[in-house]
Formats: sequence, C-alpha cells, structure tokens
Amino acid sequence: MAKSQSASLDRKKLMGDPIMVTTILLLIVFLTVFILYPLAILLVDSFISDEGGVTLHTFRRVLDLPNFRRAITNTLKVGFLVGIASALIGLLFAYVEVYVKLRTRFMEGLFKVVSMLPVVSPPFVLSLSMIMLFGKAGIITRFLLHIYDNSVYGFWGIAIVQTLTFFPVCYMMLKGLLKNIDPSLEEAARDMGASRFKVFMTVTLPLILPGLGNAFLVTFIESIADFANPMIIGGSYDTLATTIYLQITGAYDKQGAAAMAVILLAITLLMFVVQKYYLEAKSTATLSGKASRERMLITDRSVTAPLTIMCSALALFVIIMYICVPFGALFRTWGYDFHLTFKWFGLVFTRYKGFKAFKDSFVLSLISAPITALLSMIISYLVVKRKFKAKGFIEAVSMLAMAVPGTVLGIGYIRGFSGGLFGSGFLQGLYGTGTILVIVFIVRSLPTGTRSGISALRQIDKSIEESAYDMGADSFKVFMTVTLPLIKDSFLSGFVTSFVRSITAISAIILLVTPSYLLITVQINEFAEKGSYGIACAFASILILITYSSVLIMNLIIKKFGTSKKVNLD
Amino acid sequence: MSKEKKGVRLEHISKIYKDPKTGKDFYAVKDANLEIEPGSFVTLLGPSGCGKTTTLRMIAGFESPDEGEIYLGGEPINALTPNKRDTAMVFQSYALLPHYNIFDNVAYGLKLRKMDKAVIKEKVSDILKLVGLEGMENRMTNQLSGGQQQRVALARALVIEPGVLLFDEPLSNLDAKLRVSMRTEIRRIQQEAGITAIYVTHDQSEAMAISDKVIIMNGGLVEQISTPQEAYYYPNNKFVADFIGEANFLDATVKGQDVVEIGGAQVKCATGSMEAGEKCSVVLRPEGAFLGESGEVKGQVKYSCFMGAYQDYHIMVGNTLVKIQEYNPKNKKIFSVGDEVFLNFEENTLYAL
Repeated sequence: MAKSQSASLDRKKLMGDPIMVTTILLLIVFLTVFILYPLAILLVDSFISDEGGVTLHTFRRVLDLPNFRRAITNTLKVGFLVGIASALIGLLFAYVEVYVKLRTRFMEGLFKVVSMLPVVSPPFVLSLSMIMLFGKAGIITRFLLHIYDNSVYGFWGIAIVQTLTFFPVCYMMLKGLLKNIDPSLEEAARDMGASRFKVFMTVTLPLILPGLGNAFLVTFIESIADFANPMIIGGSYDTLATTIYLQITGAYDKQGAAAMAVILLAITLLMFVVQKYYLEAKSTATLSGKASRERMLITDRSVTAPLTIMCSALALFVIIMYICVPFGALFRTWGYDFHLTFKWFGLVFTRYKGFKAFKDSFVLSLISAPITALLSMIISYLVVKRKFKAKGFIEAVSMLAMAVPGTVLGIGYIRGFSGGLFGSGFLQGLYGTGTILVIVFIVRSLPTGTRSGISALRQIDKSIEESAYDMGADSFKVFMTVTLPLIKDSFLSGFVTSFVRSITAISAIILLVTPSYLLITVQINEFAEKGSYGIACAFASILILITYSSVLIMNLIIKKFGTSKKVNLD
Repeated sequence: MSKEKKGVRLEHISKIYKDPKTGKDFYAVKDANLEIEPGSFVTLLGPSGCGKTTTLRMIAGFESPDEGEIYLGGEPINALTPNKRDTAMVFQSYALLPHYNIFDNVAYGLKLRKMDKAVIKEKVSDILKLVGLEGMENRMTNQLSGGQQQRVALARALVIEPGVLLFDEPLSNLDAKLRVSMRTEIRRIQQEAGITAIYVTHDQSEAMAISDKVIIMNGGLVEQISTPQEAYYYPNNKFVADFIGEANFLDATVKGQDVVEIGGAQVKCATGSMEAGEKCSVVLRPEGAFLGESGEVKGQVKYSCFMGAYQDYHIMVGNTLVKIQEYNPKNKKIFSVGDEVFLNFEENTLYAL
C-alpha cells in the first residue's frame, strides 16, 4: 500500500495556500536561527578545536577546574532538595485546597495569593527579603533573636529561597491532578474500611505519583537553571548558572563557558525529555476526564486543623517576605534605622536613572509581549489543527526552548551573534541592540504561551474550523475570524504572561544587555550584589507594582471582553 | 435556486490509514466507484468504521485520497483545498461559530464571497425562512435548541448555493422524535432547493426515508448501490440483507428456476441465475411469513411476546432460529412457547443469496 498520493495531494493543497506556506517557512527560519543555531554554536565551540578537528579538550579543561566540578555537585544537590521540597509543599497546598473544607474567606484568600505570586514576582525578590530577614542585619535574626553573625548565604539560603519561589508552580500542577480524581474511588476504599490516611497512601498517592514526579522534575529544571537567586544569596556557593556567568564575564573564557553551558544544557534536556515524554503522558493518562461528582470535603478537625495551620503559616511567611520588599525601600537603613523615608525611591529616579530603566524594560517587554502571544497562537494552531511535514520540527523546537536555561541561551547568543551568523558578519548589526533583547524575551516566553494555546485549542471541536474552511475561507481567514476569536482568552493571558516574564527576566538578558539599555532586573541584581538593599528594594517594589497591576488590568479586560470569566495563568 | 446542480464521480478511490495500535496500514476506503447524479439525494450508509465519513471528507477535501480521482461536475478536484471546492457541509456537531450570532453565521460564506451587504441580508433572511428560523437573526448560537442549531448549520450550507451539499450524520445529536421530523424537513428543503446531496448515516431507517439511492459500505468496501427498495428486497449479500432491516437466513438448496427446498419443503423463491442443486441462503424478512397449524415449513415456538403492533416470535426451524413478526395480532391465533407451527411464506418475499 502506498500512501504517496495523499501525501503529494496534501502537499499540493498546502502549496496552494501561500500565506500558510510563508508563515511556516518564516517560523522555521525564526526557530532555527534563534533557538537551534545558538545552541549548535555552543556545541561547535566546545567540541571543535582551533585547528578544526573534533576534540574533547575543552571539556577536559573545564572539568579539571575544581570550582566547576564543585558547581556541578552544588547545583544537583540544590536541585534535588528544592525539587523534593517544592513537590511536597505543593502537594500539601493542593491537597488542602481540594480535599479540606476551608472555613474562612481569609484562608481562600491566602491560597489565591500564593498561586498568584510566582506569576507576578521578579525571580529573585525572595533572596532579597531572605537576606533582610535572616542576614547579618536581619530583622528576625538580629533584632528578635539577637544573633549577630548569622549567614544566610550558601546552600540553605538558595534552597529555601528557591523552594519558596517554585512550590506554587507544583501546587498549581498538582491541584489540577487532584481535582480530576474521581471521588468515588476514594469513597470505595473508605467504604471497605480504610482509614483516611490509608486511603491517601493506597489510592490518592499512587494515582498522582507520576504527577508528583512531574512536579519534581519541573522544579528541578527550574532550580538548576536559576541564575538570579544563587547570584544574590549564593555567596561563595557557586552553581552552574553563576559559574558559567563568571567564566564569561570574569575570566573571558568563551570556549570554556560554552562547554560548561553544553553540560548544563545536557542535564536540563535529559530531565526535560524524561518529564515531557515519560511522566507527562503518564500523569494525564491515569487521570482523565472530570470528576463525576462533587467531593465530600474533609471537615474532621483533627485533620483540618494541622493541615490548615501548616499551610497558613507557610503562606503567611511567603507573604511577609514579599511585604519586606517595599519596607526595605522605605526604611532609612535596613536593620539599623527604621525611620521611614522616600530617600531610596528618590535616589532611584534621580541618581540611578530609574525612569530610563523602567522605560527600557517596559518598552522592550511591551514590544515582545504581543509578538510572543501571536506567535504562540500561530504555532499552537499549526500544531493542533493542521498537518504538514515540518509540524513535528516546529512543535519540538518551540518546546525545547522550555528546557534551555537562560544562561545557556545567553552564552549561545554571545557566541552566535557577536560576529554575525557563523562569524560571517551577517546579522552582526543585531548584536547589542534592543532587537536582540526583544528576540530573547520572545524565545524565553514562547514555550509557556504555546503550551497554553495548545491546551486551549485542543478543547475546540475541529469541525468548527473545518466548517469555516468549507464555507470558502482560506487558512488566514480561518485563523483570524475563527481560531483567534475563540482562543482570545489564551491570547490575552499569553500576552500578559509574556510581558511579566520579560520584564522580570534576567538570566539570559544580563549577558546580552549593553550600556545603552538599562533594565530594571539588571539594576536590582547589581545593587543587591553591592549590598545596596534600599535601592534594590525600591526598584523591586516598583517592578512588582507594574507586574501586579498589569495582571489586574488583564483580568479586568478578560472579564469584560473575554469568552470565559476566569483567567488561566500558567 | 442553486446556480448549477453538480454530479459527483469517484473513480477507484482508496484511502489508507495507519492503525494507531499495530502501526500497520489498512484501507479505510477501498476502490470505491460512485456516480452521483446531479440533483439526487444519495446516502452513504454503514456501521461505524465502514469508511462512509472518510469518503464524505474526501469529497469535501479534508482528506486526500491515496488512490483514484474525485470529480465534481466533471472537473477533477483532488488537488483542491476545501475552500476552493463547490461543496458545503453540514456537520454532526453543527460546528456553528460560537462567537457569531445566527445572521453572521449564515452570512459567513456570503461575506467571504464579497457580496453586497443588501444582497447578503436578503439571501440570509430568505434562507432562514426556508429552514423555519425567520426573525432569529440576532440570537446567539447557544440560545438555540439542538434542532434549531442544525437548521442554522443547514441554512449556512445552503445559502452559498453549493454544487453539492454534504451531510455528516447531521441528526445523530438530536432526540428520536426530532430526528424523524428533521429528516423529512431536510428532504423537503433539498427538493425545494433542487440540490445534489450526499448524506452520511449509520441509521438505515433514516437512509430509507430520505434517499433516492443508498450506498451501503462495510469495512471500507462498497457493498451495494441501489434504491432503498432494491437494497431491501434484493440485497447483494448477507451483510446488506442484515444491515437493511432485519433478516433471517434459511439454509436451502436450489431445485429449479425460482424454486428452493427448505427443510424438506419446496417453496417459491427468487433464485436469479442460480443453478439447480446449488446450496444457498434464503433471506426471509420477519414480516415475510405468517404462522399456521399447517403450511410449508415446520418449526417450534421458542419465544412469543406481545409487542403491541405485532406478536414477536422466535421459531426453531431445523437448527436455525427464525424471527417472525405477525402484525395486528388481535385477530390472529397466538401461539405459545413449545407449540408446533408451520411457516407460510408471503408471495414474492423470499430471495436466495
């Protein structure tokens, strides 16, 4: 049997649709040049010797560096701990929300805030507040406990801060899984005489085990790719991301940095492949469809009291850490002089060119957000609704970007574009411009947008688009008049998520930004490293204000014009 | 009202799919040759997985055939995308555009054809009148019942005056009563519009009620193309006989032209070109025989149940269980389980395969 005729007919049909063909070609070029090419250049850099032969010399050289070897173990240690802790805390929160009757509005509010925080917060705010609460001049350590030489820097600092930053992601993932468990499974076990704990251990836990593994790996990847927290709170405890950064900014060893980046990329890619193709499929396969009936919530005080107390304590702690930030900017000298002052905010806008920083960050993010949102909707449309040869490539590469740590991408861009494409000078003009920053923003946010677009589109009956197509609309018309209006919520949330991600991004950007652009996150990082917490907090407070209000505004817009009432931020 | 009725011709059409479980290729449709006359109403009928929907989607252009060529109004259309084909489809799930109101849904195809606004308005209101939805222009799709939504879907397909109208199980989401009234409605509208229609269904009574011709498919193969009457009285094979209405198959031997022997008794039966001495299966419809204390073929009652319109019997004849329905049982003798009875065949009802 030969399927050649249908294949050639499908090709012919596709070719008869020039807009579609152009879109696909442009996408392929974009993905190849801005995701695959910089990564390939890293491989070339680290495997090809100056004479042009294949060599492992560079790898041997960096692996001989004791600080690099230490960085690998450090990173993995932190990653494992953070992954496990975040998955467990996430499970606790998810379980309490789905299974336990929350008695007060206040508790519901706490849960909502916790789920919002990772979306609106810049990636390293918690490091700042950790230092301000528990550091040498920390309010808790110095003033409440009278410990004068406490060090938060190092392994525990990073681990705690990362756990608090990433567990809400696990919480959101596991919540979805728990909600989909059919309550009658657990009721059947209860009915046969199992205790609540036994039910949890023998029914609930086995059902969500793949999901738990999934949550662990996602956090693990986030943790080892994290740059900003280890930078600020790591002290002398170096991780891969910071070591690579120092290798290129301190030692100017571009080849070495490339080889290190390849090693970091290999770790994240491996984890990503396991997560994506093994666990993700498994964790959804066991739990499909909606629960048949509403769950009887647990009201037994001996269960609810300890669980809710644990959750509220953690949530309150996280919230206090965030509240710390604006206060850090309002006190005259943190830890010594608690008179309120606007000095730091003043300095931000006078001496430290705050207006320019906010304008640059804001404008660049605002340019990249709509492009990212539109691109991810187009990619999702192509992936879900169309069939063509390069579809697998487009899907794989845009998802691959999710597994690429920002630092790796940054090094790849430096190596790939500072001398133009393949050192030829072509596209060299790009390097050091705002355009390349916008492109990095787009590449970094594309996977999240695409994922949300794909799940939104999967819920739309394919015959709706087919009917429009059948009525005589071409692909472009179908996309504009049917697809986009139907997933406009996803588009809007993609827009804001991308905006927020961009304005709070640092890891790749810090390697590529030139003095002509001042970015808020880079400023915060710089002042935090110098120990100027007042300035850093002032910058961070305004940043949180911007991100929080943009999410609020989007919620309002979706409420007014959207198809559904609630926004799905993930 | 159609600009031009178009015929459809399928020449040696095959479609190959990969079985997701075994990874092996198989024919979803194999060597289908169909000729659909302009202006006729034709049904693709068969159980699920028989290839009927795939055939329809190949005509619409959503799938590409692996072998053969499809002609629409004499033109080959294999390489045309759905939007360039002069077809319009009514979908099983209605597939109305949920963000548009009724008017915009129906006007969608006309707007794509860049028609004048006033013309669009007139055409839409005319077609809504035809499907019985006048004055509903401003409703949103979710404010309509299932039957009304299907009328909108029909109106939307009709209004662009396609050469061929395609229906993909359009009534399967409606309740039983509505299905019956809607199918009469669809037939009426098709006749009024004078349009060629190809209709996919697995419901044989729907197919009989609505079509000029039925195309019965099974396992990717076309089993029979004929009028509903021919398919019922002269099925090509056991599958068709069983699928169209209910059928009993009695083992028999051909004795001569139009004479067969069943259980020792010689009875009249259409034998076609079969030779004397050939073994055959005789198709007996449940209403094709009545029971009596004497008659042609002997059997024993195994089951007897009053169904209102008829008495339902299962009769053991030799080794075969035969289902018989005796209509208007009030005026007839009712046999009980265990009774010995004789089957008497109605004139012209037996057909040998």
